[in-house]
Amino acid sequence: MRALQLAMRMLGREWRSGELGILLLALTVAVAALTGVGFLANRISQAVDMQATEVLAADLRLESPSPLSDDYLAEARRQGLRTASVTTVLSVVFRDEVSQLSNIRAASDGYPLRGKVMVASEPFGIGQPVDGGPPAGEAWPDSRLVAALGAKLGDRLSIGAGSFRITRVLMARPDQGGTFADLAPSILINDADLAATQLLGPGSRARFAQLFAGGRDGVGAFKAWLESSRQRSERLLDVSDASPQIKNALDRAGSFLSLASLVAVLLCSIAVAMAARRYVQRHLDSVALLKTLGATRGLTLAVSLLQLLVVAIGAALLGSVIGFATHEWLLRALKELLQAQLPPADLAPVGLGFLAAIAVLGGFALPPLLQLSRVPAIRVLRRDVGPPPPLVWLAFGPAVIAVVLLIWWVTRDLKIFAGFVVGLAAFIALLSFAGVLLVRAASALRGTVGVSWRYGIANLSRRRGESVIQIVAFGLGIMVLLMLAVVRNDLLMDWRRSLPPDLPNVFFINIPPADRDPFVDFLQDSGARTSRVLPMIRARLTQLNGEAVDQIEFASPRGEDFAQREQNITWQDDLGDDNRVIAGRWWSVEDRGKALVSVSTEVQEALGLQIGDRLTFDVAGEPYEAAVASVRKVKWDSFQPNFFLVFAPGLLDDTVGTWMTSAFFERQEGRTIAELVRRFPSVSVFDLDELLTQVRSMIDKAVLAVQSVFLFTLLAGLVVLLAAVQATRDERRYESAMLRTLGASRATVTRGVLAEFAMLGLLSGLLAAAGASVAGWLLARFVLGIEYGFDPRVWLLGLVGGATLVAVAGWAATRSVLRQPPITTLRAG
Amino acid sequence: MNDTIDTATDTVLAAEELTRQVNSPEGSLTIVDHVSLRIREGESVAIVGASGAGKSTLLALLAGLDSPTSGRVILAGQDLTRLDEDGRARLRAERVGFVFQSFHLVPALTALENVMLPLELAGRRDAREGALQALERVGLRDRVGHYPRQLSGGEQQRVALARAFVTRPAVLFADEPTGNLDTVTGARVTQLLFDMNTSARTTIVLVTHDRELASRCERVLVMEGGRLA
Ligand SMILES: Nc1ncnc2c1ncn2[C@@H]1O[C@H](COP(=O)(O)OP(=O)(O)OP(=O)(O)O)[C@@H](O)[C@H]1O
Ligand SMILES: [Mg+2]
Repeated sequence: MRALQLAMRMLGREWRSGELGILLLALTVAVAALTGVGFLANRISQAVDMQATEVLAADLRLESPSPLSDDYLAEARRQGLRTASVTTVLSVVFRDEVSQLSNIRAASDGYPLRGKVMVASEPFGIGQPVDGGPPAGEAWPDSRLVAALGAKLGDRLSIGAGSFRITRVLMARPDQGGTFADLAPSILINDADLAATQLLGPGSRARFAQLFAGGRDGVGAFKAWLESSRQRSERLLDVSDASPQIKNALDRAGSFLSLASLVAVLLCSIAVAMAARRYVQRHLDSVALLKTLGATRGLTLAVSLLQLLVVAIGAALLGSVIGFATHEWLLRALKELLQAQLPPADLAPVGLGFLAAIAVLGGFALPPLLQLSRVPAIRVLRRDVGPPPPLVWLAFGPAVIAVVLLIWWVTRDLKIFAGFVVGLAAFIALLSFAGVLLVRAASALRGTVGVSWRYGIANLSRRRGESVIQIVAFGLGIMVLLMLAVVRNDLLMDWRRSLPPDLPNVFFINIPPADRDPFVDFLQDSGARTSRVLPMIRARLTQLNGEAVDQIEFASPRGEDFAQREQNITWQDDLGDDNRVIAGRWWSVEDRGKALVSVSTEVQEALGLQIGDRLTFDVAGEPYEAAVASVRKVKWDSFQPNFFLVFAPGLLDDTVGTWMTSAFFERQEGRTIAELVRRFPSVSVFDLDELLTQVRSMIDKAVLAVQSVFLFTLLAGLVVLLAAVQATRDERRYESAMLRTLGASRATVTRGVLAEFAMLGLLSGLLAAAGASVAGWLLARFVLGIEYGFDPRVWLLGLVGGATLVAVAGWAATRSVLRQPPITTLRAG
Repeated sequence: MNDTIDTATDTVLAAEELTRQVNSPEGSLTIVDHVSLRIREGESVAIVGASGAGKSTLLALLAGLDSPTSGRVILAGQDLTRLDEDGRARLRAERVGFVFQSFHLVPALTALENVMLPLELAGRRDAREGALQALERVGLRDRVGHYPRQLSGGEQQRVALARAFVTRPAVLFADEPTGNLDTVTGARVTQLLFDMNTSARTTIVLVTHDRELASRCERVLVMEGGRLA
């Protein structure tokens, strides 16, 4: 109790004298970076999630070929969720004598729960968002249907026994998806009119969907309930089932954000460790004196710990506030880009900020403080006596535990976690080893350089241990910055490249063989940018390695699905630059006509295929057996025609059903598309413009998040630099005074300091460039799944940038020290 | 409690066969070599000798700042070698004061706070008043709020003296208390030291190269190569 009182009183004094300021600063920046990143990542990922849910028109979606129980809806409402339902029936729509097979979509009021329906007043026009779907009695046919029926606004259509008036042209639904399962055009009506059409009878081809939306926790709880209550045939979809393009972008953004924030945390930990070291150095005398005056070890420890705790709490509070303010400011500044309504901030990052502050302090500041309390009292008489050397596990154990915990908390993915931990450990070990070698090598230069450099290098090798630590810390910091710069560029370029503005936005399928050439001519004449034209054949998988697929138990529901559904297959000569063979080989000219098939990674995973496996397909009643020749990774977001299953050319030439292609149309060319639909009535047109806009805006958000996190990491790197330079400040103050007393000019001393830091920066830069090249490659290849372009500028930037940055920072931080007249320093000593 | 040393009521500090060895690259080195001594309450003793003779080391052993390789120290009736580090610290808090050559004030604390420190460590409630009085006695009443770096060397040493005496210790150890001071200031500090020695009957053990200071002590011990001559 007395210890506590005394500690608190001492704290007040320590505080007034500003000794804890640096530790507080380092920790505050750490927490600010951490919570800032947390808030930002959290809210942006929520926003992206929210947008992704638009693809389902809901947060959760339950689908079934048979009617769904109303109990689900009732339960959802009871749990406070919003609900809607959509029933889709395949039927014929008439305008007078003209008819067209269509998907009739009857949506309840409230649809869509997420996203907006886009409508226009003419087919293939420019869509405008509206709230909800059509009211009772009205129908919104899509562009294809309007064109096919030759209809216009105000016309009456009959569907089954019901009659409807066209009030709008449906341009896009949020849940239209990117697949071509729906060959027929769509027409949206109100759920209330469905009964009157009398379409839902026995034998009707209907699909039923229930939509749910609400808060994150509510949806999570309801999802769990639904998982256990639903029938097996009912399919439950959520964000992760949203279209693959979006999921890709999300995953990449997620990986990058977590890694970037992790790096910021680690950098801050280094800064905290350095600040703590400095704190200890500065307090060795005071603690020895306290002990001489009769303080016990426990008391001195209590004093340090209490101070630490207060600093931790202060830094956590201050850091959280700064972090929150920074992220608010960033979001506000970038509001234009984030069109979507942002969900309110989740306070979780604050708690985690506190925990991390404690973890970082406990891991990185506690061990040196424990050491501090062991400094013997005799130090008051013999200045050279320090604390006994620490036990290795005590010095590094807590730091390792804290780092591992933090990494786990941020990654939450065993693979990335393991990769990061092993990589980091290996890297630090390597860096330390290289650091020792470099310091040795530098010492060898001593005899060959001028006095300033000799002084600088002598300093490096005299403080060999410290020098290595600093080289490793700077190296790590510079490396991370280099790596972020490199990978970030690759990533952004990769994203931008993946969705250029002139990406195909209209797909044409069902092009009859006879129409193929005139159709392609028409497209080219109209000025649209076209892509490849591929045959499209309906096929059903019947056997796998001679065994009937309905006898096989597939591990994944996707495999099950795949085996049951009819597939679209194609044949193709060229691989295309949006496909990459990751196993087996692509066919050559000699393979023409051979029974070979290339599968996409999705099929390979769903069916558990290996190269050489035999697949038997039923193509229009005829069995075809083909061996798996290659596995392709398909970039679906190229929006070129792509197929899960591609056969070698020559085998299926005679079976050709229809052809498909895609093209880019300017939006103003709606008329051309309408004309095309009239000229080639059997061709089905899919307008993906709306979907593309969705994906693009999501990627923009992800890019924004990445860039802001990059800012935080940069800040953290600078703090490390500052802390490192600060760590040697006192020593330098004394040295410089000594040297100048001995007659060295200020310029000589300054040059010596510059030389030392430049050398330090050069060595760190060397290590950093090497590390960044390797780590960047690993990161790009295995975590982000993008191509890594080797960049020699990394070396230039690492060496020159490292030397300059460290030298300038070192000089700036010691400038005031060097300026002081020697007497001030010597008197204070 | 012990057999060989007479712990008669007036003995406040005694050493028996005190030896301190250190391991250096050139092998084991004996810095303090079988030193025995006895110091009475209120006595003032100077330890003199050439540089490197082991004076500071002996002082550290006597004060319990360092542990002997062999031998014993009895301070205020307690065998230091039987106490652990914290035990020795507690004993110091109650019975011992220090003055060093290089003042050793806590730079973060004001003069007043520096003087309050030992009182607080000893758990005294009246730390503030006691410290003010002590500073008054060394003539620094008007400098209480100043930090060490704002004080001259002599003033800093007077603060250190005030801090050493504020707990009314049984023994005051001083390692070259005037070593860093000019003659006049040194004389002033010396005067204060002996004033306190008389007024509070504090035992003083000091190490010094200063003949003037040594000559004012009742007894002078000469050290040579780790032994008392
Ligand atoms: N821990 C140690 N390791 C190695 N040598 C030591 C250690 N402690 C003391 N010495 C050596 O023992 C000798 C005596 O040291 P001490 O500080 O006691 O001398 P001193 O008599 O106080 O000298 P001065 O008058 O210069 O202060 C010196 O040579 C010193 O270098
Ligand atoms: Mg000495």
